[in-house]
Amino acid sequence: MNRRDSPALLVARDVTISYGKVAAVRSVSLEIRAGEVVAIVGPNGAGKTTLLAGLMALLPLQGEVRRFGATSGIPPTVEQLVRAGMGLIPERRELFGSMSVEDNLRLGGFDRWRQGARDGRSDLDGVFDLFPRLRERRDQEAGTLSGGERQMLALGRALMAHPKLLLLDEPSLGLAPLIIREIFRIIDGLRARGVSILLVEQNARAALKVADYAYVMESGSFVIEGSAAALAQDDRVIEAYLGVAATTPPSN
Amino acid sequence: MNLDIALWLSQDAITNGAVYALLAIALILVYTVTRIIFVPQGEFISFAALSLATLQAGETPGAVYLLIAGGVLVVALDTSGEPWDLARQRLPGRLARFVAPPLAAGALARLSVARPDALWLQILATLAIVTLMGPIVYRLAFQPIADASVLILLIVAVAVHYVLTGMGLLFFGGEGLRSKPFSLLSFKLGALNVTAQSLLIVIASLALIGALWFLFERTLYGKALHATAINRVGARLMGVSPNLSGQLSFTLAAFIAAVSGVLIAPITTVYYDTGFLISLKGFVGATIGGMASYPLAAAGSLLVGFLEAGSSFWWSAFKDPIVFTLIVPVLLWRSLSAPHSEKDDAQ
Ligand SMILES: Nc1ncnc2c1ncn2[C@@H]1O[C@H](COP(=O)(O)OP(=O)(O)OP(=O)(O)O)[C@@H](O)[C@H]1O
Ligand SMILES: [Mg+2]
Repeated sequence: MNRRDSPALLVARDVTISYGKVAAVRSVSLEIRAGEVVAIVGPNGAGKTTLLAGLMALLPLQGEVRRFGATSGIPPTVEQLVRAGMGLIPERRELFGSMSVEDNLRLGGFDRWRQGARDGRSDLDGVFDLFPRLRERRDQEAGTLSGGERQMLALGRALMAHPKLLLLDEPSLGLAPLIIREIFRIIDGLRARGVSILLVEQNARAALKVADYAYVMESGSFVIEGSAAALAQDDRVIEAYLGVAATTPPSN
Repeated sequence: MNLDIALWLSQDAITNGAVYALLAIALILVYTVTRIIFVPQGEFISFAALSLATLQAGETPGAVYLLIAGGVLVVALDTSGEPWDLARQRLPGRLARFVAPPLAAGALARLSVARPDALWLQILATLAIVTLMGPIVYRLAFQPIADASVLILLIVAVAVHYVLTGMGLLFFGGEGLRSKPFSLLSFKLGALNVTAQSLLIVIASLALIGALWFLFERTLYGKALHATAINRVGARLMGVSPNLSGQLSFTLAAFIAAVSGVLIAPITTVYYDTGFLISLKGFVGATIGGMASYPLAAAGSLLVGFLEAGSSFWWSAFKDPIVFTLIVPVLLWRSLSAPHSEKDDAQ
């Protein structure tokens, strides 16, 4: 899909986010258009998680953010963004550890249910079809799940809300290669269903493969941006994030 | 001890146990949503009983003015620090939520003073006054520190307890008050003389326990409320506002306290500090329920009632120490059998 064609779901201009006096995100601008997967890659401590928290209104930010075309002087609350169709799968997952897998998933659909939607049952089945392991463990406490199962639960819980724009923080963290491939296949499938995704990933190779557009973040700022295909060919990116085993022949 | 005395003591035990159960379930309700061990729950009970008696004496209880002042303070706090046009835009909604209901409760109180024979009006006014205190107390004392640890929340709860006890002394004076019984009906059950009043207490507490159990175990709303206590960030990401959850749980708890206060007002003389002792016994019941299970807490409260009745027969001077000593083995047993952390963020 051509980026210019679809409307922008989220536009951020000169966003700065600070912890006390220290700015963890400095003057960052980005854009996510409908139906797009946008990736942010970068080393540990670059500010990726902080940026997602700011975009989701979990942290206050300076600068301008337009979500779903709305410009308001009033900073929105997390709850308002959820209602508007934004979802975040945080790095720490933030599951309800002492509740069952099924209750976690049903709470994912809480806001839709409160709005009068009554299709939670079939949504639940949809998530169980996507992750059969979760169906086996539907009565187990979320806190006792394995790392991979917890990631599945976090993703499933977010999907229950039917998000239009999903912010994903390192969905492949600590997962076996087979499951990583599965997660990226799901991301691809979500895009096909019209969900836009902002994907933060350490696994730059996989992220650039699935993304349409990408940003490289280093110490709080975006240092490189471009179409994902172009970034995968960029020497700086290859050297720093894709390793020496790059497939491109040296140019010049 | 013969059978008649045993029966008579049991009736006493069950009635008191039901009152403690109402307290215990309110404590659990607040704890499961906010992680606050809500010590001042007892003060709400005193306020309700004393307000009812004051209304029956033909006066407007001072608690009404406290309520209205609290509502105004909430709006002032919410509004301060906001840009002017934004504040103006939100002001009507805030007034409607925090100032209009207290004013209505005040009007109701005035109305019931004017009609001293309308018991239902007095009860309605009392329920309104005390129930509306719940969300205001949460907003003022707890909302600003809602992320704090359980220990800090407990310390603030103790502080609120002292403030409210002081207010109680100020508004109602140091003398005990007792309201008129709702019904003088009683009937014979064997050797027992069962009063309608104690029957009412038992029925009310069973109904409320059932309702709360249903809310939290069977409905998505209840689970959403509980989710706030387990993981605040997670709950917000599901669209559950922790502020609203907290205010709602305090509203429910204050309502339960108001009901308890109205129910005990005719059978005991209530002083400004009576609520605290009742809430401590309710706390023993709630602890037996692991601060989590409504039915277990109800059973625990009943046990407290029986223990109290038994000890008042044999060693009446040691009635309270015996009940409070019970909490030590209970805490030991509970902490050994249910090793659960206060918060699930060790994920
Ligand atoms: N709560 C906090 N208080 C103070 N500093 C923080 C806080 N959270 C993060 N930081 C700092 O902000 C910077 C950015 O952190 P952030 O978690 O956003 O990085 P990241 O890009 O997500 O890293 P990673 O890839 O390791 O997850 C880091 O230097 C971190 O130490
Ligand atoms: Mg991170």
